[in-house]
Amino acid sequence: MTRMRVRLTFPPERIQEPLIYHLVKDFDIITNIRRADVKSDYGWVALELEGDERNLEKGIAWLKAKGVTVDPIERDVIVP
Amino acid sequence: MEKLKGLKCRECGRAYRAAPVHVCEFCFGPLEVDYDYEALKGVVTRETIAAGPPSMWRYRELLPVEGDIAVGHHVGFTPLVRAQNLAEELGVREVWVKNDSVCHPSWSFKDRVVAVALTKAKEFGYDTVACASTGNLANSVAAHAAEASLKSYIFIPADLEPGKVVATLVYNPTLVKVEGTYDEVNRLCSEIADKYRWAFVNVNFRPYYSEGSKTYGYEIVEQLGWRTPDHVVVPCAGGSLITKIWKAMKEFKQLGLIERVGTKVHAAQALGCGPIVTMIKNDTDVLVPVRPNTIAKSLAIGNPADGYYAYRTVKESGGYGEHATDAEIIDGMLLLARTEGIFTETAGGVTIAATKKLIDAGVIGKQDSLVVCITGNGLKTPDPLYARLETHVKIRPSLSAFDRALADLKAHSVREG
Repeated sequence: MTRMRVRLTFPPERIQEPLIYHLVKDFDIITNIRRADVKSDYGWVALELEGDERNLEKGIAWLKAKGVTVDPIERDVIVP
Repeated sequence: MEKLKGLKCRECGRAYRAAPVHVCEFCFGPLEVDYDYEALKGVVTRETIAAGPPSMWRYRELLPVEGDIAVGHHVGFTPLVRAQNLAEELGVREVWVKNDSVCHPSWSFKDRVVAVALTKAKEFGYDTVACASTGNLANSVAAHAAEASLKSYIFIPADLEPGKVVATLVYNPTLVKVEGTYDEVNRLCSEIADKYRWAFVNVNFRPYYSEGSKTYGYEIVEQLGWRTPDHVVVPCAGGSLITKIWKAMKEFKQLGLIERVGTKVHAAQALGCGPIVTMIKNDTDVLVPVRPNTIAKSLAIGNPADGYYAYRTVKESGGYGEHATDAEIIDGMLLLARTEGIFTETAGGVTIAATKKLIDAGVIGKQDSLVVCITGNGLKTPDPLYARLETHVKIRPSLSAFDRALADLKAHSVREG
């Protein structure tokens, strides 16, 4: 099992979709929300993901395909 | 004197002992250093600071180091230049340039943060340091690791041009090229920092590392004769520097070293990567991540970790922000070089361009005092200037050829003038 701390930033058109529910159901990932700020047109969620490494990769790729920005919790790890 | 209480979460306020950790285990908020300011009152004075070395370590009591300085003894205390020519061009009474383009040893303000991070790494008993960087941070970590005899790992995206890494490779770090998208490299490095017992300077050492930026602000105040300017214009990438300059000024006031903080802090970003300035202009605390597309590579962070705090700093101080286009960035670099003889990197061009706009808009008044933050050296990345600069005269090696060319130049300047 691999653990990962990520920050998801949702574009306006995805705010109303249950994306975290699908992470759990379709990719067998355990999610644990620690902090979030979701407004009517924008939102981010800081959460812990736990699961098989391949499933985590697939789940993150699926989120990105949906237009969600997936960053490590530190965000700017690579800096100029 | 116990000056450090430990660390605390910037979001939920939970306290932690001083350790190489950076994220609150409860709310995932960022941790910051927590000082005992009451204990520091009267201990840190103008006199004790003035008696210190001519480097950033004159403020060591306000930094999170407890033992001996391990590395970077000569970092900081860079020139604060009275920029009279630039002031005349901009039409403002009093302009100063805080010039970290000549910061020792790697020519950017990153030397300040890295010196603190690596000194702290030694304190915690680490023998290996690391960072993921495409530029100034990589240069600085590799240079300081060499000085401190620490092993260093520098992670870069595999497609980075060779010219960009020479100023890092020369110090003999282990350079790791990672094949993948920028996002993938970012995530991998976060996982590496989590797994290995290394001092990853801007990850698990971030609370200590970022405190080094305060010295830039302390120096501005001390070098101005223990006063704060009316305005400071700060380039923003991750957003940390602007918050730390503001924090430095407030700490000096809290410790009774200055009577008041009368500074409006302004943010400068490139139009092609300006999420913090966009927040300021839209007056919202929601940061919308962007895909960087700018020549100002040293500011190209699309989802800055301290973006929200940078926004808060600007709002609290009564400042504002401005974007600069690529053309305006080049103009800014050329203006600073032409007027003050200072060759800054593109980030400095962003700052000059934003300053000009803030003045033109009346945000910075003509009679005000202003400090422009120049944080890196132009010699490292001259590429953006090639298309804009050309040799004025090309002649055969004879005196008569030069005489004719000189006469032509003079005639041309009379016509132009």
